[in-house]
Amino acid sequence: MSTNELELGERASRGEWWLRYAAPQAFFPLASRLIPYFGTLAVVFALAGLYLGFFVAPTDFQQGDAYRIIFLHVPAAWMSMFLYVVMALWGALGFVLNTRLSGMMASAIAPTGALFTFVALWSGALWGKPTWGTWWVWDARLTSELILLFLYVGFIALKASIDDPRRADRAGAVLALVGVINVPIIYFSVQWWNTLHQGASVSLSKSPSMATTMLWGMLLMALAAWMYSIAVCLARVRLIIREREQEMAWMRELGG
Amino acid sequence: MNWGSVDAFLHMGGYGLFVWGSYGVGVLCVVIELLALKARARRLGGERA
Repeated sequence: MSTNELELGERASRGEWWLRYAAPQAFFPLASRLIPYFGTLAVVFALAGLYLGFFVAPTDFQQGDAYRIIFLHVPAAWMSMFLYVVMALWGALGFVLNTRLSGMMASAIAPTGALFTFVALWSGALWGKPTWGTWWVWDARLTSELILLFLYVGFIALKASIDDPRRADRAGAVLALVGVINVPIIYFSVQWWNTLHQGASVSLSKSPSMATTMLWGMLLMALAAWMYSIAVCLARVRLIIREREQEMAWMRELGG
Repeated sequence: MNWGSVDAFLHMGGYGLFVWGSYGVGVLCVVIELLALKARARRLGGERA
């Protein structure tokens, strides 16, 4: 345990109960208990979202049924950006608190973030072909999203290339924090540059420019993506904890 | 209900290839991720609480 974790442990025993979970041995059983709930919610939200998206939402008068890709594309793109920010925040927290769990959380998020980035790019290409007439253009939105994929892959490769896990955590955190500048670039790219990609269909400041059933289908799919990400990242962080701490006493006591 | 038949549903108004190509790859990615997690757990030995 690092000195900071000991200090956090003392603070936890003084009543700041949530700090208890900064220690991997306390977080491990909590993660195990939570996974089934998030997994179930992911399935329920996805089924509801797909039902609305395919059976209730009407055919678009301009795009026909090609627009139904939106129920996958937009949630995947949102998640790809959001997960990167969360990953960078864990990296920053690792610097501030010097806890091992932070680096493990960042590592657990990266593959799922890369997955959503890939799905956003792939579904975007398959949506671009029938509506724009091209699979790909080097415009600001598409290019910055592709850079996001490279950032995720670079993060994973960098961490894999450093043997000492604590050093790998710090190096990964630096990359994650530097790369986070790309997220607002992706988000605002459609405003800052002239792009082929359309602007935001949903924003907090004005009412959405789409039919209510379409909107609900999309929001339910986004919720499903959230729940899925939480479940999968918790499952992965459990494995990372086990891999790194196999030799530790508390893990041996559990029967390892 | 938008679709008169299963064929119409699969056809997606002529965009079947694009729509199902998107969702198919999306599902495939999820399946691969879940299998990878399972394989990683297997490498570590038996399941634990």
